[in-house]
Amino acid sequence: MNFDKELDASGLNCPLPILRTKKALAELAAGQVLKVVATDPGSVKDMQAFAKQTGNELLSSTQEGGKYQFFMKKK
Amino acid sequence: MKKLAMIATKGTLDWAYPPYILASTAAALGYEVQIFFTFYGLQLVRKDTSCLKISPLGNPGMPMKMPFGPKWFKDINWNIPNIIQANVPGFESFATMLMKQTIANNGVATIPELRELCQEAEVKFLACQMTVELFGFEHSDFIDGLDFVGAASFFEFAGEADICMYI
Repeated sequence: MNFDKELDASGLNCPLPILRTKKALAELAAGQVLKVVATDPGSVKDMQAFAKQTGNELLSSTQEGGKYQFFMKKK
Repeated sequence: MKKLAMIATKGTLDWAYPPYILASTAAALGYEVQIFFTFYGLQLVRKDTSCLKISPLGNPGMPMKMPFGPKWFKDINWNIPNIIQANVPGFESFATMLMKQTIANNGVATIPELRELCQEAEVKFLACQMTVELFGFEHSDFIDGLDFVGAASFFEFAGEADICMYI
């Protein structure tokens, strides 16, 4: 998937992945896509909740070898 | 915009986390947030955060594990009797040091870091002027950006809030 910016939140625990995601999205224009990599298992549900509440679109959420990968499209 | 009003009343390292984690997260979700720091909660907005400690004494809910060494060693829960904890000088400082190492090992943010993230996200901090005087603090003991107010000012915001928490 194409993306405009990547955020590595590996090793960070709640609530840092969400806070960093919020910050990174602020630097993007509407419609641009942010890729987030995290290792916090709680981030899977949290990213969904973040997207739902902020109106940004979670395009995909996958897991690969202990890492979670998200693609978020800015509202 | 949704509003979250919080009252922070505890002044230990463990109790410093809930208000700052919830406030920063709510701000990231688009909430307008205010925290009213009162009584021991004032410790959370002091310039010097080294006063924030954790005490396992009389706290049966706190696992006491070592943040270093091989896994079998880390897995041991050191069940130290209250009477020993209470009689060993510096026990709290020692437990705090171990907790801070555990926090770092787990990629959990430090309190100064979370506090700064809250301020960046425009979470508003209110400090209870009455307790500042009661405890003999000076305004200069606290970080910048605090409003020193009374209960009525808190209700001005809390009365309109969607969520109100007492921590």
